[in-house]
Amino acid sequence: MTTAGYINLIIAKYNYWIYIVLMCIGLWAMIAKRNLIKKIIGMNILQTAIILFYVSIATKKGATLPILGHHDAGHFVDYATVINPLPHVLMLTAIVVSVATLGVALALAMKIYNRYDTLEEDEIHARVRES
Amino acid sequence: MSAHYPIFLVVAPLMAALVIAIIARERPGLCPPLAAIALTASLWSAAGMLCRVLAEGPFSYHIGNWPPPMGIAYEVDHLNALVLVAMAAVALINLITTRQAVASDFTGREGYFYALYLLFCAGTFGILVTGDAFNLYVLLEITSISGYALVGLGHRDAALASLNYVFMGTIGASLYLLGVGYLYLITGTLNMADIFSILPRLFGSKVVVAAFVIAMTGLFMKMALFPLHGWLPNAYSEAASPVRSLIAPLTTKTMIYVMVRLGLYVFPPDFTFNHLLFAKVVVWVAAAGIVCASVLALSQTSLRRMLAYVLIAEVGYMVGGFWLGNRMAITGAILHIVNDAAMTLCVFLAVGSFTHQLRDDRFATLKGCFRRMPWTMVVLATAGLSMIGVPPTCGFFSKWYLIGGALTADHWGLVAALIFSSLVNAVLFFRVFEIAYYEPFADPHQEHRPALSYAEAPATMLAPMLFTAAGLVGLGLLTGRIVTHIIDAAIPAAIL
Amino acid sequence: MNTLLTLKPLLALLPPLGLPLILSSCRSPNVREAWTFGAALTMFAVIASMLPAVWAGQCLEFTLVQVLPEVSIAFRVDALGLLFALVSSSLWIVTSLYSVGYMRGLNEHSQTRYYSFFALSLAAAAGVAFSANLLTLYLFYEMLSFATYPLVTHHQDQEARSSGRKYLLYILGASIGLVLPAMLIVFHLSGTLDFTAGGILAGKAGTGQVTVLLVMLIFGFAKAAVMPLHSWLPAAMVAPTPVSALLHAVAVVKVGVFSVLRVITGIFGTGLLAELNLGTMVAAIAAVTIVAASLIALSQDGLKRRLAFSTIGQLSYIVLGAALLSPSGLTGAMLHIAMHAFGKITLFFCAGAIFVATGKKYISEMKGIGWRMPLTMGAFFIGALSVIGLPPCGGFISKWHLVLGTLEADQIVFLWVILFSSLLNAAYFLPIVYQAFFCHPEESLFERQVQEAPRWCIVPPLFTAAVSVILFFHPQPFLHLARMATRHILGGF
Repeated sequence: MTTAGYINLIIAKYNYWIYIVLMCIGLWAMIAKRNLIKKIIGMNILQTAIILFYVSIATKKGATLPILGHHDAGHFVDYATVINPLPHVLMLTAIVVSVATLGVALALAMKIYNRYDTLEEDEIHARVRES
Repeated sequence: MSAHYPIFLVVAPLMAALVIAIIARERPGLCPPLAAIALTASLWSAAGMLCRVLAEGPFSYHIGNWPPPMGIAYEVDHLNALVLVAMAAVALINLITTRQAVASDFTGREGYFYALYLLFCAGTFGILVTGDAFNLYVLLEITSISGYALVGLGHRDAALASLNYVFMGTIGASLYLLGVGYLYLITGTLNMADIFSILPRLFGSKVVVAAFVIAMTGLFMKMALFPLHGWLPNAYSEAASPVRSLIAPLTTKTMIYVMVRLGLYVFPPDFTFNHLLFAKVVVWVAAAGIVCASVLALSQTSLRRMLAYVLIAEVGYMVGGFWLGNRMAITGAILHIVNDAAMTLCVFLAVGSFTHQLRDDRFATLKGCFRRMPWTMVVLATAGLSMIGVPPTCGFFSKWYLIGGALTADHWGLVAALIFSSLVNAVLFFRVFEIAYYEPFADPHQEHRPALSYAEAPATMLAPMLFTAAGLVGLGLLTGRIVTHIIDAAIPAAIL
Repeated sequence: MNTLLTLKPLLALLPPLGLPLILSSCRSPNVREAWTFGAALTMFAVIASMLPAVWAGQCLEFTLVQVLPEVSIAFRVDALGLLFALVSSSLWIVTSLYSVGYMRGLNEHSQTRYYSFFALSLAAAAGVAFSANLLTLYLFYEMLSFATYPLVTHHQDQEARSSGRKYLLYILGASIGLVLPAMLIVFHLSGTLDFTAGGILAGKAGTGQVTVLLVMLIFGFAKAAVMPLHSWLPAAMVAPTPVSALLHAVAVVKVGVFSVLRVITGIFGTGLLAELNLGTMVAAIAAVTIVAASLIALSQDGLKRRLAFSTIGQLSYIVLGAALLSPSGLTGAMLHIAMHAFGKITLFFCAGAIFVATGKKYISEMKGIGWRMPLTMGAFFIGALSVIGLPPCGGFISKWHLVLGTLEADQIVFLWVILFSSLLNAAYFLPIVYQAFFCHPEESLFERQVQEAPRWCIVPPLFTAAVSVILFFHPQPFLHLARMATRHILGGF
């Protein structure tokens, strides 16, 4: 593939690249960061990246909301003019899931802070070894 | 009524969870019976569905009468009917057995514990029964989130272990969601049967390959396949004992079921086993995982941590067996889902009995336990023999199919790994039995032996434990029927 | 051959299987022992009641449960199985008698556990004898391993612990590591595990596969104590003497060789082994064990250890006899199960009686003991004669057939092995008896005053010694069964 081909691949499919980069940022934060809150943020970025991926695959250029008025009833609807609503609906659920996960994670982080007086992983592990 | 079993199965514990959460503070005494009733209802529905499947064959239930692929369908076939009955039984038995341990471990918070317990069960049953790939994700997260909370309820370092579990679990579930996204992208549907019928036309597509590999990797993480097992030992050993004996049998086995479901009924088996190098690599990874986890189990100093590693090795059994891709090996993997759930329940109930009576389960505490807690030791011994693979316990028969399948596939690596793991299990369990049998040393010819108080668990704990132990033998003796009537029908005829 | 469906094989297993339940509920020693005798007698009666049918050439079958689509847990009583079951169940009665004297004499602890697991072991041994296929045999074989563990380690001290570890390591390691995969490979190759007269592997496996499987199964049944997997047996001698007597001279070790016999005749088939010339290989392995074990026995001072090494050698006679693949060899091997059992159990009973009466364990401490315990040492002498294979004892009959077998098979080397090892047997047994009676009065470590062990420790060895002699003159029940079994295996002989 030529250089132009590569550039084309990146530009034409930019939504995928964005989600991949975001996902990698999230994963990196979860693996490399030593602070638990930063890890939790990384986790949220990871989940958001996937939500973005779903939403982006539903869009179409020049299409509008899939809402039909009374006068449309019984008429033929051109699929090219409306975007696919299903991924959005799915992602509503996924957002709820990610909020719930975030909530549990933060609650656990609080519990950890109460026990060890820190959120830095190295210090926590030192405390665990001590006890 | 019986037509609505599939939804009743999930809704009964879900609704009961809500009610329990509401009345938790005012009427804590009502919570355990209510939970028991809900789970009994689930077990009843599961059994009813199994009977119906056996009599009439697979059927599907359209939620809210919305026909698939638009609506969500719950599909019941031989595969999930079998696993459902096993899982519902495990959840109910554990609920009954750990009643007293819950009362002492979670004083004042029992209601919330039972609410989470039921949510976890509702999610698990939903995963097992659903025929919709995205619905599965949602239920997976319901199960996982209540699982995180349950693990986090434990003492000491439980919160840390649980947060680690949250991280690993979320990555796993997100990967699954991503895989489903790619599947949706290429097929335009989320209904499993629909995807299955569309996929054969798309075998050449790289998107399908990506979806397959990403979703499976996510599942491997959730099921703690070595080397993605990092979260499991801490999460299981830090959790309170009633939680441990719930999530240990249910979580990993449910994920194995999802893997089987995806591999046989979402992706066509031909694609799963032959199209990529993936299957061959996974079998070797599983074999290596069995060996490594077994070796790691040897170096543990408490019963539950040892068992956590044994459990990781067992995951390797099922993954290895399934990806061999021949009928005998897949039979072994499916059979082992049921058998391993029963065995895991049995050992962890015994561990729970130790922690409840002796406040600890380190090997040093177990000295003289054959005298102190004879019946609990009988339960542990039965489960141990089953994990070693001694006939007529059920562990032997799943090993029979797994090794037989590996022989059929000429995969000597997996054969060796399975035998090795049996030998290591023998060492592991006999080390425990030895400690419980000999120490503290006594002079046999002296009348006064060091006094060890009799510390057996109360009968309400013992009776269900002994029932489970007997069930291990019963399951073993029923192997022939389970295989011919249920598992044979659960595996597509194309697989030889 | 006619087959007869009957519950009897299962009924025979029920008394010993049910005994632990009864024992755990009774506190009085007398009641406990009465129940033990009851169970032993019932079991023997049921097994003996199968004799007429088998004698008439029938086979008794019972399928307990169809546990896999292709394999079931099933019993099948034929001449060979009945022979072994008769020997072990009849000796259980005698041993129970002896146990009462021994355990009470030494005031042992945990006697309820002891009698319970003893019964379970016997049930397992009978289960092995009646197994119709390799899976059932494996099931009871493993059950025996676990049931005997608390017996071997009865004293629960440090020595028992290390011996118990060795015992399980060898027995369980070999059965899981070798027998289990071998069984699966056999099933994979032939699609069945039923013991069939002509074998089930003929034409289904290549020479290499058969050789590997044979080696795995011969060594995998480590209870047969074929070298180098023998050293658990001397270690297991830490057990109380009745355990050593019944389990390590009869039930456990004979289960090992019985399994080897079954596998050679029922899985591989004598025809296949003869065709591939593998019998000679097994016979050579057995011959090495025979000679080596006998030589080691010469150097042992502990009486029970010497007996243990003698057992290792004698077990390999049975393997050798089977491996000769000739009619007399097979008959001799089967007969030796019975003959050696009666001889060796006598010797163990005597060793235990000496220990109860004097506390002595070492041969060097037994000079002149013959005049103090004449009955015991007399029985010991007869037992020794039987094990050496001299008339007028039953051991002669089985050795005679083994020797004939080597001639029939045209394997003169093994003839010399048997004769040489018999000399060695004499060399390690007869000096014990000689020293006991014919030492100079000043060398004697005991006063010439009769002071025998308790009655219940004396009667059993005298009885088994008498049976050994009677079997020389009337070997019919066992000889007939062995001949029937051989005829069935070789077809038409």
